Amino acid sequence: MKAEISLSGTTGRFAAQAAILVLLLACASFAQIAVKGETVYTMDGRAIKDGVILTNNGKIEAVGTAANVRIPPNYKVVTARIVTPGLIDAHSVIGLAGYLNQPHDQMQVEESSPMQPELRAIDAYNAREELISWVRSLGVTMIHTGHAPAALISGQTMIAKTTGDSVEEATVVPTAMVAVTIGQGSMNSGGKPPGTSAKQAAMLREMLIKASGYGKKEDAARDLKLEIMKKVLEKELPLLVTAHRATDIMTAIRIAKEFDIKIVIDGASDAHMVLEEIKESGFSVILHPTMYRAGGETENLSMATASKLKAAGIPFAIQSGYETYVPKTRVVLFEAAALVKFGMSMEDALRTVTIDAAKILGMDGRTGSIAVGKDADLAMFDGDPLEYSTHCIGTMIDGKLVSTQIR
Amino acid sequence: MKRYLCVLSAVVILVSSAAAQEMRTAFVGAKIIPIVGQPIENGFILVHNGKIIDIGNAAGRSFTADTVIIDVKGKVIMPGLVDTHSHIGEVAGADGSGPIQPEIRTLDSINARASSIQRAQAGGITVANIMPGSGHLDSGQTLYVKLRDGAKKIDDILIYDSDGRYMGGIKFANGTNSIRSSGGWPGTRAKSAALVRERFIKAQEYKAKIEKAAGDPDKMPARDLALETLVEVLEGKRVVHHHTHRHDDILTVLRLQKEFGFRVVLQHVSEAWKVADEIAAAGVPSSIILVDAPGGKLETTDIKWLNGAALEKAGALVGFHTDDYITDSRYFLRQAGFAVRAGMSREMALYGMTMAGAKMLDLDDRLGSLEKGKDADIIILSGDPLSVYTNILETWVDGKKVFDRSNAEDYLIAVGGYGAGNDRLIHIDCFDGDLGGGE
Repeated sequence: MKAEISLSGTTGRFAAQAAILVLLLACASFAQIAVKGETVYTMDGRAIKDGVILTNNGKIEAVGTAANVRIPPNYKVVTARIVTPGLIDAHSVIGLAGYLNQPHDQMQVEESSPMQPELRAIDAYNAREELISWVRSLGVTMIHTGHAPAALISGQTMIAKTTGDSVEEATVVPTAMVAVTIGQGSMNSGGKPPGTSAKQAAMLREMLIKASGYGKKEDAARDLKLEIMKKVLEKELPLLVTAHRATDIMTAIRIAKEFDIKIVIDGASDAHMVLEEIKESGFSVILHPTMYRAGGETENLSMATASKLKAAGIPFAIQSGYETYVPKTRVVLFEAAALVKFGMSMEDALRTVTIDAAKILGMDGRTGSIAVGKDADLAMFDGDPLEYSTHCIGTMIDGKLVSTQIR
Repeated sequence: MKRYLCVLSAVVILVSSAAAQEMRTAFVGAKIIPIVGQPIENGFILVHNGKIIDIGNAAGRSFTADTVIIDVKGKVIMPGLVDTHSHIGEVAGADGSGPIQPEIRTLDSINARASSIQRAQAGGITVANIMPGSGHLDSGQTLYVKLRDGAKKIDDILIYDSDGRYMGGIKFANGTNSIRSSGGWPGTRAKSAALVRERFIKAQEYKAKIEKAAGDPDKMPARDLALETLVEVLEGKRVVHHHTHRHDDILTVLRLQKEFGFRVVLQHVSEAWKVADEIAAAGVPSSIILVDAPGGKLETTDIKWLNGAALEKAGALVGFHTDDYITDSRYFLRQAGFAVRAGMSREMALYGMTMAGAKMLDLDDRLGSLEKGKDADIIILSGDPLSVYTNILETWVDGKKVFDRSNAEDYLIAVGGYGAGNDRLIHIDCFDGDLGGGE
């Protein structure tokens, strides 16, 4: 039996598509689905016209042109105009931060102390948060989320698929990075440290020095803070250092060199002013959202920075970032889309939220592109995915259609 | 010598600007979307003294020798955008001393040189309603401004009505933003409405006293800046721009509007899709905002991109706003794109960005569409206004170019970068170097 289901909807056909939705939900549990796309942007070589992706048991089994990939008769067929890899948000806080913006759903920053690397993201992640289903309905299949850039060391981050009813089901990497913020975002006042960026650097260095002695003495009591920071020193965990001012970016690089640790430079509004230094450091950048608000320490941000990082050959991705009011989250699909206004091609813009993001997160072995053996994480659209009036019409995670909202 | 040069250059500037006034400018060859009337594929717009003096098909059209011809083939022209709710210009309104402060003028707070105003020009916005915040039931008077170039002071961007008064509305809000539960402030929605009603009743009494005085100064009540302003509201001279999100709060605004007869524009109307028919039946316009995700506050958990389509279908007038800094003025057109994404017609989305906004600000007789006799407020785009791939190339206000993407300084504002957040620099030709804003 072969059921042909069209996902290639356009505005005005909502009713017809609602009927299709029922069918789609019925096939949500099918282990074997063939996804057909007029154009398939694999992010692994050239786009395929009239493409077919076979998914089996949650993995991509085959990908190619319809002429080359035969669809076995027992596969459910889903059709969309455009298919891309599931989108990856390289840095978010959703799941810890909720859409209500009330104290009980704001778990992204704990203010009792400026340095709390022991705080695990998995102990706060709400897999059923509305903002997660929102971004999932816009093609996002993986998020790097966790403690917010709102304390010197705010806690750990994690990597999750945007699915599952529990943190256990959603989690891909329970501890991905340790979130550090240098600059305005983690500054305290009224004599409560840190009150300056130099103090922030000093406190961070003291913490790393302390951690370097940890575990050397036998019988020493366990210390959750130092245990994590020790992993940083052993390059087992990178620091995700949010820094916007050029001086703060340079501080991050200076400290990374001093302690020979891995960092990922985050935010980086002034990156365009220190491109050579970033390139020389060898570190990757998770760049601020394209449409991020300029002001204060982000006053110099440029929407052309992504193009400059690209030209300089610096590995980077785009993020949704941390929002404290309305809207409560940005969407990486839209932040990538805005890049086309500032000199980036459509496919390069798409890379910043697929394969390039996967590489920075160390996830490119299993997602970020449409390639045989990778997770069957796909986003489906009824037109150019970056265009304002295009709809995301389907999202697949691990071979299951997890969203069929037309959004 | 220097003084002589200064005087000389001033004379040259005077002569040349007088000459420029006489010159006609023709934009020729673009696809023109006039908003009122059908799009013109190969069109022209003729501008003189800040007004559109002719518009039509460019084929076979010739222009007098003194006309400056601007070739805009392959480009798209539409009216300047009207942002019906913005917080650009470092605007401040009422303070924490009370929930209702109609006497507060944003006029007295706006920095006309702020970079946020330049960003709005880069976003194609030519007219904005600059509003104080929503943390009060009434946070003061709003100001309608034209984003003219080189403004040094607030006077340079004001818009005047036929009586010679600068134009503006008044900001009201209901719902949670203005609920504070402390001295004098409302703790509930019902109290919010009661406080507003009490104040309007006082204004009605004040108005009656003025009418009774019949021009006799001895019988006039003592001046009261707050009540004077509310009398303007009661007389329909000042439009209420009412922040409101939840469906029940929207209906409360309609209820008060009916009771006191003021003119109102519903602002935000996050749950408009739930009460679109009621809004349409009241004949009240809505200014909507489309944000990237729901939530961020309890009242916006049910906000939908569908609002534009729902209100259009119900027959209500729909405009848009940036609420800058909630959304960036440079991305204003994106909202129309998202409204279309959710089912609004392209025509009404573009109408909403221009003419609908002009109507909400009582400016539709002079701007909002490209028609003979209207202000030459236009934007030149690289393509379809509703496409992400399109950039705004130029913005013109009153026939003068205020933004040009090909100019390095303007490009910095449009894209960002080092120094983009600085206030506008004022160039003074009589001095060496740049005074950076000195007079």
